[in-house]
Amino acid sequence: MPQVTLTVNGKQHTVEVENRTLLVELLREKLGLTGTHVGCDTSQCGACVVHVDGVSAKSCTMLALQADGTSVLTIEGLAAADGALHPMQEMFREHHALQCGFCTPGMVMSAIDLVNSHPQGLTEKQIREGLEGNLCRCTGYHNIVKAIAAAWPLMHGRAAAAE
Amino acid sequence: MYDFAYQKPSSLADAVKALSADPEAKALAGGMTLIPVLKQRLNKPTVVVDLAKLGLVGVSVSGNTVTISGMTTHGAVAGDAGLKGKIPSLTELASHIGDEAVRHRGTIGGSLANNDPAADYPAAALALGATIKTDRRSIKADDFFQGMFATALEQGELITAVEFPAPEKGAYEKFRNPASRYAIVGVYVAKTAGRVRVAVTGAGQNGVFRHTAMEQALSANFAPDAIAGIATPPDGMNSDIHASAEYRAHLVGVMAKRAVARAY
Repeated sequence: MPQVTLTVNGKQHTVEVENRTLLVELLREKLGLTGTHVGCDTSQCGACVVHVDGVSAKSCTMLALQADGTSVLTIEGLAAADGALHPMQEMFREHHALQCGFCTPGMVMSAIDLVNSHPQGLTEKQIREGLEGNLCRCTGYHNIVKAIAAAWPLMHGRAAAAE
Repeated sequence: MYDFAYQKPSSLADAVKALSADPEAKALAGGMTLIPVLKQRLNKPTVVVDLAKLGLVGVSVSGNTVTISGMTTHGAVAGDAGLKGKIPSLTELASHIGDEAVRHRGTIGGSLANNDPAADYPAAALALGATIKTDRRSIKADDFFQGMFATALEQGELITAVEFPAPEKGAYEKFRNPASRYAIVGVYVAKTAGRVRVAVTGAGQNGVFRHTAMEQALSANFAPDAIAGIATPPDGMNSDIHASAEYRAHLVGVMAKRAVARAY
C-alpha cells in the first residue's frame, strides 16, 4: 500500500493509505483525530477544514496522497500543552459562538486562517465573506462573527478596541 | 470512491506521457472538481496523475501581458499585486470563486480544462481574449471552449499557462448561486482600444459564449444604455431548479449593464 509521510500538529507520521483515501479519513480513522468533522462530504459545509502548510483546506476534498510532505494543523493542535485554549477557541467560548458544536472545529480553523491573512485589520463584512465556506445549521453566525472580531486583536498582539 | 492508480510525476513530459498513454487517465490539478466527481462515482479513472510537482505556479507581468501558470491557485491570483495593477477585474473575479478554502487549492488551469458551464474563469479568458498555452501549442480562447465540459485540449494535453492581455477596463458581474457560489449568470465585459468583448457564463447550455449583439453596441457606445434594448433570447439557456431559461436570459442583460457601469 502507498505511504504518506506528513506532519500533523507538529508530530511526524508515516501512514499506509489507499490511493483513494481522503485526508479527512487519514486524520479521523488512521490517526484518531476525530475533532475534524465530516458534514456534507460535498465540499460545501467546511466542517472538515484544517490547515495544510498554513492555509485552510477542506480535508474531505483532498487525497491523503496530496498531503504527502505537508504540515497539517487540526483543531486538536491549537491548545497549548498545558490545556490553555488558543485565543480563537477562548473567544468562541467567551462569545457563545457555538450551539450544537458540529461546525465549530471547521469554523475555528477557517477563522484562524482569516485572522492570520488579514494583519491590517478585519471588518465584519470581511469576516462574513471569509466564512462563506463554513455552514452552521444552528444559524449561529452572529456570535461566531463577534468571536472572530474579538480574537483578531488578541492574535495580532493589539489591545482590544473599547466597546 | 472507486480506487485508482496514482502518479505524481516531477516533469511535464512524464505527466503528458502518462496521460497520453491511457484514455481513462485523469489529471489532478487542485482537485476541487475532480475529487467531488470521484466521490460521487461519476467518473472511474484508471490512473490519477497529480500535477502538483510540475512547478507550474506563479504570475508574471510583462508590458501589457499577464501570464498565469496553470497550477496557480485562485487565492494566489486574487492576491497578486502585479496582476491587480494590470487587470483588477481578473483578481476580483478570482477572489469570488468558491470560498477561501477552495481558493487555496483550485487552479486556473484546472478550471479552464474542465470548462464547467457555470465556472468564472472561462468568461474571463473569452472576454479578455486570453491565449491558453499548453505543453505543445498556443490556443486562442475563441477556439478553446467547445461546449459544456468540452475544450480543444487533446488527450494528454496539459495547460501550462494562460496569457491575458490587459484591457483598458473591464468588470465581471456574477449572479451567483448562494450555496455553490457558481454563476447562475456571470458576464465579463472587457474594453480594449476600439473594441469590446462580452462573455457570458452560467447561462448557456453549451457553456461560455460571446454576446456579439452587445459587443457591437458597446463598441459604438460603451454605456449601459447602449445595451438596454438588446434582448437575449432564452433559447439555448440553461433551465434548472435555480433559474429558468427566461430568468437567466433576463439576468444576462442585467449583469451586462452592471458590468459596463462598473468597468474599471
